[in-house]
Amino acid sequence: MTVGLFIPCYVDQFYPEAAKATLQLLEKLGVNVIYPQNQTCCGQPMANSGFEHLTSGCNELFIKNFAEFDYIVAPSGSCVLHIKDHIHDDKQPLKAESVSNKIYELTSFLTDILQVKSLPARFPHKVGVHQSCHGQRGLHLSQMSELVAPHFSKPGSLLNMVEGIEIIPLNRIDECCGFGGTFCVAEEAVSVKMGKDRVADHLQHGAEYITGVDMSCLMHMEGILNRQGSKVKVLHIAQILNGI
Amino acid sequence: MNNEQKDHAALADIFNKDEARVDWHDETLWWIRAKRDKSVHQIPEWEALRETASQIKNNVLSNLHTYLQQFETNAQANGITVHWASDAKEHNEIVHSLLKMHDVTRMVKSKSMLTEELHLNEYLADHGVDVIDSDLGERIVQLAKEPPSHIVLPCIHKKKEEIGALFHQYMGIAEGISDPQFLTETARQHLRETFLTRKAALTGVNFAVAETGEFVVCTNEGNADMGAHLADVHIASMGIEKIIPKREHLGVFLRLLTRSATGQPITTYSSHFSKPRNGEKMHIIIVDNGRTVQLGREEFRNSLKCIRCGACMNTCPVYRRSGGHSYHNAISGPIGAILAPNLDMEKYADLPFASTLCGSCSNVCPVKIDIHDQLYKWRQVIVQKGYAPTAKKLSMQAMAKTLASPTAYHLAGKAGRWVMKIAPFALNNKLNPWYKNRDMPKPPDESFGEWYKKNR
Amino acid sequence: MSSREKILASVKLNQPQTIDLPDISFLKGDSTNAIEKFITVLTTIGGKVVRIKNLDEIKSLLPQQFNLESRIVTTIPELSSIAELNTGEYIDPHTLEDIELTIIRAHFAVAENGAVWITEDLMGQRVLPFICQHLAVIVEAAALVPTMHEAYQKIGEGRYGFGSFIAGPSKTADIEQSLVLGAHGPRSMTIFLLDGNLSKYI
Repeated sequence: MTVGLFIPCYVDQFYPEAAKATLQLLEKLGVNVIYPQNQTCCGQPMANSGFEHLTSGCNELFIKNFAEFDYIVAPSGSCVLHIKDHIHDDKQPLKAESVSNKIYELTSFLTDILQVKSLPARFPHKVGVHQSCHGQRGLHLSQMSELVAPHFSKPGSLLNMVEGIEIIPLNRIDECCGFGGTFCVAEEAVSVKMGKDRVADHLQHGAEYITGVDMSCLMHMEGILNRQGSKVKVLHIAQILNGI
Repeated sequence: MNNEQKDHAALADIFNKDEARVDWHDETLWWIRAKRDKSVHQIPEWEALRETASQIKNNVLSNLHTYLQQFETNAQANGITVHWASDAKEHNEIVHSLLKMHDVTRMVKSKSMLTEELHLNEYLADHGVDVIDSDLGERIVQLAKEPPSHIVLPCIHKKKEEIGALFHQYMGIAEGISDPQFLTETARQHLRETFLTRKAALTGVNFAVAETGEFVVCTNEGNADMGAHLADVHIASMGIEKIIPKREHLGVFLRLLTRSATGQPITTYSSHFSKPRNGEKMHIIIVDNGRTVQLGREEFRNSLKCIRCGACMNTCPVYRRSGGHSYHNAISGPIGAILAPNLDMEKYADLPFASTLCGSCSNVCPVKIDIHDQLYKWRQVIVQKGYAPTAKKLSMQAMAKTLASPTAYHLAGKAGRWVMKIAPFALNNKLNPWYKNRDMPKPPDESFGEWYKKNR
Repeated sequence: MSSREKILASVKLNQPQTIDLPDISFLKGDSTNAIEKFITVLTTIGGKVVRIKNLDEIKSLLPQQFNLESRIVTTIPELSSIAELNTGEYIDPHTLEDIELTIIRAHFAVAENGAVWITEDLMGQRVLPFICQHLAVIVEAAALVPTMHEAYQKIGEGRYGFGSFIAGPSKTADIEQSLVLGAHGPRSMTIFLLDGNLSKYI
């Protein structure tokens, strides 16, 4: 099995440690991983702003980089959801469809394809888990509080394999952090207020770290934590699962 | 209220100046969402019920032409007069002409979001008709000369002290009273006099049954019934989408409506009007006002399935922190944001962007409207139709160009983490809204791509 | 073209291809512990339930809760010794304004939401259950259905000019979500749940 590693643009540029952890974790689990070096971005920043019609260049490039792999894995629910729902190419519709079908967010790849049952990781800290909306409500990585349906959590089941970790409870288990792509600047006041409230919930329950499957939400919350002078840190879930 | 020229972001910014108030507003609405959760989790078949309601509404929209006529025929056979109105003007003129016919200059009205959408009160006031809203929340915002900020909880943005001040001014109670029990009792006494003296009552319609020609009005206060059963003339205004095929379908919708709205198992009163009472005149006005246009928009027609429960507002993290008035439309929140652009795409171009697309709205919707997907689709339509600001257009074009070319992307990265240069949230500049309340991460020495090249 | 024709033409043009109605027969309630459920739900939403074996019990219970000097109206002949009888003949509804207590009967009650179904013929006057300060409704314990699905099965194709599901006293939470009973309609609702047959009284 050969996996194409897709690293979202802002992770590549700002959070290389999250990307390294993803690569190392997959390698540790015996996966042959290749990172196509000509990759850029999934195109979501344009599409969510109403400019999906400008994403054909990104789509073409994405297909070119990733169409040949058995699976495509990315440490992001949001970018994966965008590819799944919106990648299209009139010139090669079958390839676009195949990309959409074989792309996985990291934790669901670990639970559903690799069916990981144990991880050699230790993280003796109090950790708050942020449910990023696109991963949760879009990719169904975990059950949503609105539905009358049985509980499950793919990221949660993996974190439970980590030795010494203490997952803290939250008042609002799956409320949005307010990042929302360009929403974070276009609707600055609400975005920041949402972020402050989300962070406060984690702080109130004694989190030392906030983790999640999407670095974008974590970047937003980190921005608020740092501005508040908090010592609480954010970590991508790959970093915890990889034993940092 | 001079909200017309400000967009959602600007109005939300003003709302957020008072953070303690935002917290109060957020917590109040979250509490209702929590009550909803508690209530729906007692119904194991809840998701099947939603799915059934959604399918019934799909059937309604696909047979609306037949159902509307069936409803009309049966309502007429029951002795109800049926009117049709293409738009607000026609609806309001019909109401006015009915009032004139019965020589009425004072009317009592129970909650009808449709008449808010059609600006009936303003129209009638201009024509010398005094309208009193009888729903307590609506009466309060009417006294405050504001529109409702929520379709189910019209004055959810008002504090009890402010309501006390309004009642002091208009109902003559002593200054400084804010006890909800006392204030409600005061309104009860005042409005009882109104119910007893008005010869005409207007109500909304929650459901209109094609099979029987009856319509159902749901309230907790009993104000629709007090108005209608004491008046000589009952006018009921309904949008064309309020039709349901059969009486038995009420079982599905009444189970969903109030549990979704407030967590109650049912409203106190679910009143089924099928014939006028002895000596009374009953009129129904069936209104289009853009609904048939929305019906023709394949991607957006599902919005017409809405049963106006307000659950999407209560759960919306943006609505809770920006307030209903920031949507500058009769119907606020996520559902308002997908209905409003149909009415005026330019005026409401901002609303589909007032969302993080978190998707909670679609999950609580009792008729499973894909609200957040429609918000995404409206964004595309609005941009295509040319209602996006030029600056945004230019930055998006620049971004698209960079991201479509690995060379440009890597060059920009080397030049100091490209995101800093072109991503709208990362521009390191005091004018950038990101930095008002947030820091950006420090750019690392090398990107993952650069590291990978050296290490693998 | 009239607006009616214009709207109908536009609907016809814009509506999608026919989608079938779903089967709703699978939606059924569970009648286990229906009485307990009904009592719990109605109590939670501010109503009161009193179990009785015959209507004489009402006659002895009423003076404990209501001033019999005030205006009490009923549609049930059996209770005419303690209340003014309204048999549905036309009167100006405004003359009912000063009623303290209305006592009527309902066709049946719904366990899942505490509602009772009352049609015009049982109300005497449509406004009667709404305009009173307090409402009392008699319903047979045997006439309890689990959910609204069974409720509408029971109503079937029945004809009525007006009918209402009433669940508890009139209420509002419009002021800061503080629940207040007695918005515009009755301040209290008492259900007399009759173990026995109501038809012998009417």
